[in-house]
Amino acid sequence: MKVLVAVKRVVDSGIKVRVKPEGIDLQGVKMTINPFCEIAVEEAVRLKEKKLIAEIVAVTIGPKQGAESLRHALALGADKAIHVTTEARIDQTVQPLDVANILAKLVERDNYNLVLMGKQSIDDDFNQTGQMVAGLLDWPQATFASNIQITDGIAQVVREIDGGLQTVKFKLPGVITCDLRLNQPRFASVPNIMKAKSKPLETIPLEKLGKLHNSIQITKTEAPSIRKGGAIVENVDVLLQKLRNEAKLF
Amino acid sequence: MQIIRNRLMVNQIPRFGFKYLNDSTFLNEDHLQIQKAALDFAKEKMQPYSAEWDKKHHFPKDVLRELAAMGFSTIYVKQESGGVGLDRLTASVIFEALSYGDVTTTAYLTIQNMCAYMVDQFGNEEQKQTWIPRFGTFDAFASYCLTEPNSGSDSKNMKTFAKKDGNDYVINGSKCFISGGSVSDVYLLMCKTSEKDVSCIIVEKGTPGLSFGKLEDKMGWNASPTAMVLFDNVRVPQSNLLGKEGYGFKMAMSALDGGRINIASCSLGGASYAFDLTKDYLHDRKQFGQPLAQFQGLQFKFADMATNLVTSRLIVRQAAQMIDNNHPDKTLYSAMAKRYATDSCFNVANEALQLHGGYGYLREYQIERIVRDLRVHQILEGTNEIMKVIISRNLLK
Repeated sequence: MKVLVAVKRVVDSGIKVRVKPEGIDLQGVKMTINPFCEIAVEEAVRLKEKKLIAEIVAVTIGPKQGAESLRHALALGADKAIHVTTEARIDQTVQPLDVANILAKLVERDNYNLVLMGKQSIDDDFNQTGQMVAGLLDWPQATFASNIQITDGIAQVVREIDGGLQTVKFKLPGVITCDLRLNQPRFASVPNIMKAKSKPLETIPLEKLGKLHNSIQITKTEAPSIRKGGAIVENVDVLLQKLRNEAKLF
Repeated sequence: MQIIRNRLMVNQIPRFGFKYLNDSTFLNEDHLQIQKAALDFAKEKMQPYSAEWDKKHHFPKDVLRELAAMGFSTIYVKQESGGVGLDRLTASVIFEALSYGDVTTTAYLTIQNMCAYMVDQFGNEEQKQTWIPRFGTFDAFASYCLTEPNSGSDSKNMKTFAKKDGNDYVINGSKCFISGGSVSDVYLLMCKTSEKDVSCIIVEKGTPGLSFGKLEDKMGWNASPTAMVLFDNVRVPQSNLLGKEGYGFKMAMSALDGGRINIASCSLGGASYAFDLTKDYLHDRKQFGQPLAQFQGLQFKFADMATNLVTSRLIVRQAAQMIDNNHPDKTLYSAMAKRYATDSCFNVANEALQLHGGYGYLREYQIERIVRDLRVHQILEGTNEIMKVIISRNLLK
């Protein structure tokens, strides 16, 4: 069984971003693999260690530096990597439907049995790409996975949903997107980082696989407003007055 | 998005790399990837426990074993011998990143690396096969014994003696300030085998006659056990000799340059952490209606701290590269790097303490522990005064 794991290079979750009129300022900012994508890679490696899958291929879309995330995936245990190169901003111009189309093309090209992804990326938080890949391929999907079992070509996935936990079962091939509590990724050890350097990395220009339609325009980017302090009110009348006139609730 | 991993929210204000320790241009992709692995490990598995280890004088053998699993205990031992086979610059980057989490355990890790390196460079096949795999997993903890109560800087004047007796050596003497003393499984002992010759002999814990003093109660480095190692007619087979008789000093010289870079790198990591904590504090703490970051006097102090930190980092990495390239001036630069970085980084930590005001004096704020830990770096691995002897001798000869 072959699995495709899509990884995205995003702004590191530990830093506070600077907002500029044209978007987030990426100049000199620390970038790292999207945490949910890393969880997806870790899950793929664990499935391989359980001998449920034979080969893990990691793919990323982005500029030259995007290869960092691929090398990280290789160091964690992926066997091969594909770098779809583009100079477009992957936090703005490269959008879910285009990504999904490209991933679907790769699936058709290489015949994967499973696509594992993070549930969303922490820069745009779209939470769409995995679902769209499944739709384009007409495959079953399970999103927000917190537990994955694979037996005899059947995937059983526990999903974290608002109401609690939901378990779904489907016959592979399919798409699974990974949530926070699925696993805790391992640290890449130095010997594995060294081994990763000799693993195959294929480079494909984006134009060979698809197009960027830029169908969603970002009209404004702003920082969340600074939280204003509250106030202690004397009685219910004052409370009602504030709710009506200041919070504009009714 | 909220923070995912249990990372400390240090340095919340954006603007680039000090906290990522790669603000110099020396590092290539591989270095950066390995640095990230080390820094992630340090922030998650070492930093949160550093204060507790110091307070309880706890030697975290389990964490050291995890560090070994990451490949950090035999960094510059050749791959053919079972090590990771990387260079000194990578080792410096790794130790700096790990020291960001905890200085003391990283310093002990550098000793393990140095002992493994010596076995790799000078040991015979049997010795390499016996010890390097065990060092590589921390199945065996190693210590390096050079200093004696009466010979520190004047190491050639050591008195511990190994006398030939049949096929054995019989060793008498004592060593002091030994990191890992009483806990380590194996001791690389530098001793005299004749009036002039210094040799290196491997002595295992449990050998009759080998005993240890009480654990020293130190100013810092509390997570690392330090004790005297006593030799009373300790008998070991002559096959325990590492290298050849009389090679001791050659071996020590070969290990020293690297050892100096290692300890300087540990200073860098600790100082970086103190620096990052200070940056946040200067923004948070307000007096006279303003954050401390607005006061020019303090801004100037902070500017000096940053400059010292960056220049220390540069010279340490330069010296590491020179060792890797076997540059003729590597000893000169290693001595300069060790002297400069350990002094500057101690001052950075000390200034960080001052900038924290009263809070800097409280253990809870971590700064004072870093000051205590870094203080000894100006003394061991060759005192900074001896460094000046080496520097001037190299330049004036």
